Amino acid sequence: MIKAILIFNNHGKPRLIRFYQYFAEDMQQQIIRETFHLVSKRDDNVCNFLEGGSLIGGSDYKLIYRHYATLYFVFCVDSSESELGILDLIQVFVETLDKCFENVCELDLIFHMDKVHYILQEVVMGGMVLETNMNEIVAQVELQNRMEKSEASDQ
Amino acid sequence: MPLSISLITDTVMTPSVRLQEMIRVIRSARTQGEERGIIQKECADIRAQFRQSDNGERSHSLAKLLYVHMLGYPAHFGQMECVRLIASPRYSEKRIGYLGAMMLLDEKQDASLLITNSIKNDLSHSSQYVQSLALCTLACMGSAEMCRDLAPEIERLLRASNSYIKKKATLCAVHIIRKVPELAELFTPSARSLLSEKNHGVLHGAVVLITELCEHNPDTLDQFRKAVPELVQIMKGLVTSSYSPEHNVAGISDPFLQVRILRLLRILGHNNDTASDAMNDLLAQVATNTDSSKTAGSAVLYETVLTIMDINSESGLRVLAVNILGRFLLNNDRNIRYISMTSLQKIVQSDHNAVQRHRGTIVDCLKDQDTSVKRRALELSLALVSAVNIRSMMKELLIFLSTCPPELRSQTTSGIFNAAERYSPSKRWHIDTILHVLTTCSFTRDAFWNLVMLSHFFNLSSQQPLVQVACWCIGEYGDLLLKGECEEIEPVQVTEDDVLDALETVLQSHMSSPATRGFALTATMKLSTRITDNVDRIRSIVSIYGSCIDLELQQRAVEYNALFKKYDHMRAAVLERMPVMDKNSPGHTNGDTSGENKEPDPSKPKPVEAGLLSEPASQSVQLQMKAPSGNVIPAHGLGQVTQTVVLNNPNKASLPCLFLCSCLSH
Repeated sequence: MIKAILIFNNHGKPRLIRFYQYFAEDMQQQIIRETFHLVSKRDDNVCNFLEGGSLIGGSDYKLIYRHYATLYFVFCVDSSESELGILDLIQVFVETLDKCFENVCELDLIFHMDKVHYILQEVVMGGMVLETNMNEIVAQVELQNRMEKSEASDQ
Repeated sequence: MPLSISLITDTVMTPSVRLQEMIRVIRSARTQGEERGIIQKECADIRAQFRQSDNGERSHSLAKLLYVHMLGYPAHFGQMECVRLIASPRYSEKRIGYLGAMMLLDEKQDASLLITNSIKNDLSHSSQYVQSLALCTLACMGSAEMCRDLAPEIERLLRASNSYIKKKATLCAVHIIRKVPELAELFTPSARSLLSEKNHGVLHGAVVLITELCEHNPDTLDQFRKAVPELVQIMKGLVTSSYSPEHNVAGISDPFLQVRILRLLRILGHNNDTASDAMNDLLAQVATNTDSSKTAGSAVLYETVLTIMDINSESGLRVLAVNILGRFLLNNDRNIRYISMTSLQKIVQSDHNAVQRHRGTIVDCLKDQDTSVKRRALELSLALVSAVNIRSMMKELLIFLSTCPPELRSQTTSGIFNAAERYSPSKRWHIDTILHVLTTCSFTRDAFWNLVMLSHFFNLSSQQPLVQVACWCIGEYGDLLLKGECEEIEPVQVTEDDVLDALETVLQSHMSSPATRGFALTATMKLSTRITDNVDRIRSIVSIYGSCIDLELQQRAVEYNALFKKYDHMRAAVLERMPVMDKNSPGHTNGDTSGENKEPDPSKPKPVEAGLLSEPASQSVQLQMKAPSGNVIPAHGLGQVTQTVVLNNPNKASLPCLFLCSCLSH
């Protein structure tokens, strides 16, 4: 199970946070800080897996992350997920964002936080992997946006 | 993947202008305080917005609130607004309403009950996108009650809808089963039929659902064993990669689905010959044909290896599997090395000898730069320690301990102690090892407690000095033993009773010398200021020894009794922890090499006849204890020691640590 998905920048500022397990707000912020603290210490040529976070899930808890330019994409998972699989999934998610935003960058995530959530919802649902085919994800997101647009123009 | 700066233009997405305006304003804040002020104002606006009647602005306000929530500001006043928006007929409002519900609500809040009806209605909405919103929300935050209520509807969607909805319904079903396990039966029939779907998303969800069902119920597991041939067929289709080119990831056809199926096969084949036989060929095929040059291939290969090792596979296949892992252990890519060690960890119990063959490489990984790799190597190394390799492994582990990152230190020391306890070739080696650990890192609870237990266990006439040292340590530092700042995953819980039991055993043992019993009694007394619950027990111990036949003990006990009764106000000060030795004070012979010293407080009792043993820390630790110079200790000499001396640990910080040099004569 995926317990949380966190995207933050090189200074630890959150750009997207999604928890699939309930945590109170201050706990959520603590988790973000702890995760940033752990992940930012890592060099660029070490592996993409981290253990040692203590706030979520006890000992069955790993951080799988990728660093793209100014952003960290961190998936907090338990042992039921394939580590290499999640690593690939992060790549799928980022490439999907790239397709939806056309050369996505941090500013896109900042100013379109809700849209990023909607895209993520087509990839992961309830902490479980939902869809991994990028074209399928993009197509569905497109149709949903079209629905919203047509509703707006009906006004 | 390079990310480039782009202008914020109206490309594919409909801009939600007000949200963007607010974000721009927030970002322009130059200090935290300024940001807080801006957000307070915005929240006030949002609150006002919510109170107004519908004017088409509500969804923008909620979007703004969710942004503010992400930054860590309170947003609970938006909960009811989510409920209202979810009930709206407009898709744009439902969309943000459901998102808000998933971010701000959970089943503990009353507001979450109010959305159950909306979800129920939306599950049978004419638009699949509205249906999908409801499914998503239910899977994220559905309470047990909601799940019970809506399970039949989900089951219906599993059977009769398009693949987009089916896919979401299967994951929703997984959530329902986790919340309400009794409902598993409801989904079992439809789960089986989902395996004949062509759509990969649905297949993937189906495999997840079946896995969940099998994990919940052994009877269901039995039923699904019949599905093994079907699963094997699906895998074969994927592996020959003519199945579906659009799911291709780096030449592997839908690796995510392959991994899921392999995991399910593992569960189905475990401890079952028929099922294992049915999948043998497939596993051999995947193991030999998968291209592992990219992550996707490696992911599939690892799952295959783990499945082979966990079912009743042929021995030839098992050998192949372990060799694959061994090969990956030597890979340059750190991710691969990490994963191969994780995999080896899973089979180290069942296939111990096979993993032992790779011990050399694993031990080398202890020296890797990457902490994650080090951590895996440590755990695996500890699992590989045996009576045969204990000496060489301990050497490596002790070297590792001296340079390991702080977050791994306590795990390393616990592991070393456990290994030493199980496989020590001799008592002396055991004690040497513990002392080596004590001097390598600063005071650790674990090290200390092990020393105490060890001396307790030995408690033989020739080991009196060791017992005395242990008693002195307990008395002086007992509070630290009990405080339990545990970095370990499974901490050793030491209770006050445990500690007092240890001291009483020494007191009562006929093998303890009078001097040793004196140490134990003094230590017990000292603990009266360091523990909280069992002071009465200490009082009774002390009063019993007031009529002891041994004059020395009797005198001590009577004096300690007096300290309890007439001088209780002085007790804490008298029994205070001994200050750190000043290396320039008289009595130092060959001065210590380095260390951090505090100036001894002149008002505290100074140690009497303290001789300093001051050989610099040598590679092999030697324990050298002088015979006690006498058994007479003046009444005021609480906490004074005549034979061992506190010396600073040259490497570490504030606490004085025992440094012992000796030749133990057995």
